[in-house]
Amino acid sequence: MKRKALSTLAVITLGVALSACGGDSGTSPDEAATVTGPIDIWYSNNPEEVAWGEAMVEAWNAENPDAEVSGQEIPAGTSSEEVITAAITAGNAPCLIYNTAPAAVPQFQKQGGLVNLSDFPDGAEYIETRTGDRSAQYQSTDGGYYQMPWKTNPSMIFYNKDVFTAAGLDAENPPLATYDEFLATSQTLVDSGGVQAAIWPAASSEFFQAWFDFYPLFIAASGGQQLVEDGESQFNNEAGQQVADFWAQLYERGLTPNENYEGDAFADQAAAMSIVGPWAIKVYADAVNWGVVPVPTPDGAAPEEVSTFSDEKSIGLFSACENRGTAWEFLKFTTSEDADGQLLELTGQMPMRDDLTTTYADYFAANPDYEVFADQASRTVEVPNVPNSIEIWQTFRDAYSQAVIFGDADVASTLDDTAEEVNTLATDD
Amino acid sequence: MSATSTADRPAPPRSRSSQRAGRSRIGPLFIAPYVLFLVAIFAYPVGLAVYMSFHDYFFAAPGAIVDRPFTGLDNYAEALQDSAVLQSFGNVAIFLVINVPLTVALALVLATALNAAIPFRTFFRVSYYVPYITASVAVVGVWLFLFNGAGLINNLLGPLAPAPSWFVNSTLAMPLIAIYVSWKQLGFFVLLYLAALQNVPKELYEAASIDGAGRLRQFMSVTVPGVRPATFLVTLLATITGANLFTEPYLLTGGGGPNGASASPVLVMYQEGIQQGNAGYAAAIGIILIVSVLVLAGVQRLVLGRK
Repeated sequence: MKRKALSTLAVITLGVALSACGGDSGTSPDEAATVTGPIDIWYSNNPEEVAWGEAMVEAWNAENPDAEVSGQEIPAGTSSEEVITAAITAGNAPCLIYNTAPAAVPQFQKQGGLVNLSDFPDGAEYIETRTGDRSAQYQSTDGGYYQMPWKTNPSMIFYNKDVFTAAGLDAENPPLATYDEFLATSQTLVDSGGVQAAIWPAASSEFFQAWFDFYPLFIAASGGQQLVEDGESQFNNEAGQQVADFWAQLYERGLTPNENYEGDAFADQAAAMSIVGPWAIKVYADAVNWGVVPVPTPDGAAPEEVSTFSDEKSIGLFSACENRGTAWEFLKFTTSEDADGQLLELTGQMPMRDDLTTTYADYFAANPDYEVFADQASRTVEVPNVPNSIEIWQTFRDAYSQAVIFGDADVASTLDDTAEEVNTLATDD
Repeated sequence: MSATSTADRPAPPRSRSSQRAGRSRIGPLFIAPYVLFLVAIFAYPVGLAVYMSFHDYFFAAPGAIVDRPFTGLDNYAEALQDSAVLQSFGNVAIFLVINVPLTVALALVLATALNAAIPFRTFFRVSYYVPYITASVAVVGVWLFLFNGAGLINNLLGPLAPAPSWFVNSTLAMPLIAIYVSWKQLGFFVLLYLAALQNVPKELYEAASIDGAGRLRQFMSVTVPGVRPATFLVTLLATITGANLFTEPYLLTGGGGPNGASASPVLVMYQEGIQQGNAGYAAAIGIILIVSVLVLAGVQRLVLGRK
């Protein structure tokens, strides 16, 4: 009897498990693209972006009573990507999410969670006109756009002028252009500037941490290469080796600690420098007497030639959306010249527009602090849009952590071995 | 020995209440809600996990046409050869070797002390329970301040402070996490032992005392055997919760660092299944973990659970 009951339970369980698969919505992309009606959207939870999101929703709803938009902050979770993955799987993702990480797009696309924006008659043209040549970095391997490039926070070096002055360094023209200068300056800062660290990026193992130490410098040193291009790793070249060696020296000399700081090391003046985007201007305005320079390069390239990591966020249109016609129109409404201007005004983050400094010349004239970031924004490089993107970054981070942060492995051979692993992942869909 | 079998005896008359209740029919009704709960919360997820582990499975949108082919034992074979997975199981073994005995020993000793008539007994009982009910994130913050490179502990230790510091030291990170978890959960296990101690007859202590047994002898010969069922329970629960370790390496060592020295199988499952989209592979690791814990629990039952 007991055995029979257990068998029945097992059959029911397996049956329910198997029933979790299958199904098809049955609507063609062309039909779906024209449907209008109310939609839901999520935006980021920082106060500035919430204010911008609310303003956009209010303005749209005033003009479109038949296709109202309901906005809310992205639900709390370990990370936005996990919340979005759960929503895709549950089939309750909103129409638009204004905080989609490009690194997660290949995964969302594989899950069938994203709508190809190129399916809209004016989709590809709209994106390419607004973003220019950089839009190619946001194209998926099938040529479609599964994300709308939205805003960027180009990574640069913020430094504390008071600490530089205390260390006897020129705070207006700090010697930070070449690796040799940066290392010497870092040593001086720790020896005489009263700080624990010259620069203190997170030493932890999360996949995305490489975007805030290795990757901006690799992009700058390589003249704008991505980590992976055409299915091949790019980081085991001379530029990658130089960048890894540079960071390894900072860790080895104790100029960069190999454990995380509890809090904000730059704001607490435990570190003299930080790799940040334009968001930092508002954050540190009252706390730090700051200056900003491009990330260093091996030989000190001219600032106008230095590329860096974009730290971009995109807008995703999700397949659970029924009223895709409205979603597309709202997406264009919120990425118009006027809406981008409001985004810039409220958040200080750079819209992914080709003509940023001329379009918003008045804003930059009134806010000159942001101009250097606007200039840098035109030379940004994205994470590669390849299969297994996050697994690639985790693989890279684990290897980098072992060889560079903790110095437990040879840097050159680690980069070579990791490149082979990454090559396999990048071509294994 | 009686020659009359029970079958030959006339059946005892059933009471009227028993007849009204329809004992054999209403019993399943009473347990039905819990069975449904078990099916929904335990059996279905485990069944789905087994299914996933035999496929190249990833989470997909409802209605999406995706290819998730059957892969047989490939996920298991890959997991058993994956150095990160093997390292995580080794790490959790280190954790359990330290955490489980430490939990049993400290909880029993503290429960015995708190069961005695000592001043401020209630205060101490509450004090040991507070870490258990405090949010992990808040407590982790305190431990990070204590054990980071420039933290209080290293300042006290001075030249004796380890280098690299505690949570970035591949030898010390996992043992320190084991100690942290022992401390954090101690209150719950002390409570279990306190309940068990109420069932140890006072007469046994009096008899032992008359026989000349001192405090230590009484503890070893009366208390320890007297709470044996509780010790089995504590060992089992500590093993199960320990094998599911996730929050502490995620928060204390920044994702299982340094170099994976504090990564647990559940952390690796989270990275593979949730972050990287390899849900089938993560499910295989999960099933291996379930089987490992079942084997461990079986061994514990053989050693501690026997009458």
